[in-house]
Amino acid sequence: MNLTLKSKLLIAGGFLVFVFLFIPFFISFSGRSDFYFTLTSVALLSIASAGVWLTFYIGRINIGQGAFSLIGAYVSAILVMKAGMNFWLTLPLAGLFTAFVSVLIGLPILRLKGVYFAMITLVLTQVVTLTALALPITNGARGIVSIPLPRELSVFGVTLIPDLGTMDNPKLAFYLISCVLMVLTYWVLYRLVNSRLGQICRSMQQNEELASSIGINIAYVRIIVFAISSFFGGIGGSMFGAIAQSVYPSTFQVKDSIDFMLNCFLGGLGYVFGPLLGTFVLYFGWDLLFILDKFQLLVYASIVIILMRFLPNGLLSIRFSNLRRKSD
Amino acid sequence: MLELKDVELYYDHVYALRSISIYLNQGETVALIGANGAGKSSILKAITGLAKIHSGSMTYQGQDLTQLPTSTIVERGIVMVPEGRRVFPFLSVSDNLKMGAFTRTDKGEIEASMESVLERFPRLKERFRQAAGTLSGGEQQMLVIGRALMAKPKLLLLDEPSLGIAPKLVQDIARAIVNINRNEQVTVLLVEQNSRMALSISNRAYALTTGKVSISGDSRDMLHDERVKAAYLGGEI
Ligand SMILES: Nc1ncnc2c1ncn2[C@@H]1O[C@H](COP(=O)(O)OP(=O)(O)OP(=O)(O)O)[C@@H](O)[C@H]1O
Ligand SMILES: [Mg+2]
Repeated sequence: MNLTLKSKLLIAGGFLVFVFLFIPFFISFSGRSDFYFTLTSVALLSIASAGVWLTFYIGRINIGQGAFSLIGAYVSAILVMKAGMNFWLTLPLAGLFTAFVSVLIGLPILRLKGVYFAMITLVLTQVVTLTALALPITNGARGIVSIPLPRELSVFGVTLIPDLGTMDNPKLAFYLISCVLMVLTYWVLYRLVNSRLGQICRSMQQNEELASSIGINIAYVRIIVFAISSFFGGIGGSMFGAIAQSVYPSTFQVKDSIDFMLNCFLGGLGYVFGPLLGTFVLYFGWDLLFILDKFQLLVYASIVIILMRFLPNGLLSIRFSNLRRKSD
Repeated sequence: MLELKDVELYYDHVYALRSISIYLNQGETVALIGANGAGKSSILKAITGLAKIHSGSMTYQGQDLTQLPTSTIVERGIVMVPEGRRVFPFLSVSDNLKMGAFTRTDKGEIEASMESVLERFPRLKERFRQAAGTLSGGEQQMLVIGRALMAKPKLLLLDEPSLGIAPKLVQDIARAIVNINRNEQVTVLLVEQNSRMALSISNRAYALTTGKVSISGDSRDMLHDERVKAAYLGGEI
């Protein structure tokens, strides 16, 4: 995208004002505080989608992010419930643990490409769901419930996040925190794509053998990228569990994994902010089609197919298609 | 400088190389000729670690190569220009060249290498910001050679640089190879189907038949060798 720095800053600033000021004001005036849950979900799901987008960036179709989100959700739930830890400490641990698991899984499977990698990741979500059903520590199908709201987070006596349990409006707090995490995620993603590692990823996406022949350690890069990708999945999942105050094996299912992937496709694989837009549109689209009742899935699926047919490069390509052709 | 001894390599039980022994002295240009499927590319892949050899030894400047990953081999100065003019199609010419310098640690001197590559191939300068996939075949070949030079090679492995290129450009490419070898003291291992060109710009040559070296010697002698003429030079003058 050939935007000038000034217009980039304007768009970013406008987005922040919209998310952090306009929406809270709008909701408090309209009294529709149920919107908070929807928008918070969009923010968190877009974090997980950002991870999926990153695996696309090294040329791998990832339909397994639900697995990593579920792992992240369980790690936090277990640490809070069994070890009595503060949720805010468990959040990074959930991300790291998920990244660690993804390295173990990635070592054998990242060698695969195309449909083979996609199929294995698809099965992965099912495997994690079944594992959660079977293990004692995850409490099987009954899941982990009645998780207390996150306690206060303070550093050197300074309260960064107040105790959500004692707040009048924890929904607003969750919304704001989730949006901060979302902004951080996409900032990291943006920096990454514009870094040396981003350049390496692009070269690997275009031709792995060639990338390897110029001296890139492609196996290593793949693992790193997959770990970052899964880290995002774990963070999104962990936050999701904290808001729902419960985690079940069905909290993230194969359908969620597919949705994460669709979010990326729909928003545009060529754009860092594609998965963000894709998550928003798909989530709201699905909700709005609620009025169609039993035709909801049919119409929804048809619209997705039509969009992909006519906008193969995603929604963001509408506006930038001309610029893109010129710049790269 | 480089020595391969009794190298064997197979893919899924199909032998590609049987007991290959070749060597390169510092500063030489050595040609590797042979028919399709003779194993020429496999030799280059074995040297760069892209294909793991089954047995035999490979030493470069006295050090064993067989266990090293490709990234380390490139770092030590062995750089391959793969078959089929392979560029990163959606990256610009400039980014393609920069990727070539990936393993270099002397970041300050990369700019100077870029200058010298652009001086050698002025066409690339004109197309600097263009996506590499939109270049013509000949320009892409210049780009891949330029990209290899960006790595500051000590040993350059070229896989069929003349393939699918107009005769006029083949001469340019041949001249560039001679120039790189003489002026930049780069040792060259040149794989070619265009045996006449390869033999005329190299010091020594190996002819390969189904994974084995069948004839080897001085390039000038090989040009006049009856067996070579019959098998590799065909009726062409
Ligand atoms: N990845 C692979 N998997 C299986 N077999 C392979 C592979 N690469 C090469 N081969 C086989 O190994 C043999 C040697 O191939 P190689 O590519 O080295 O030949 P070449 O001399 O470079 O041929 P060309 O002139 O056509 O490029 C061929 O029989 C080929 O079919
Ligand atoms: Mg070949």
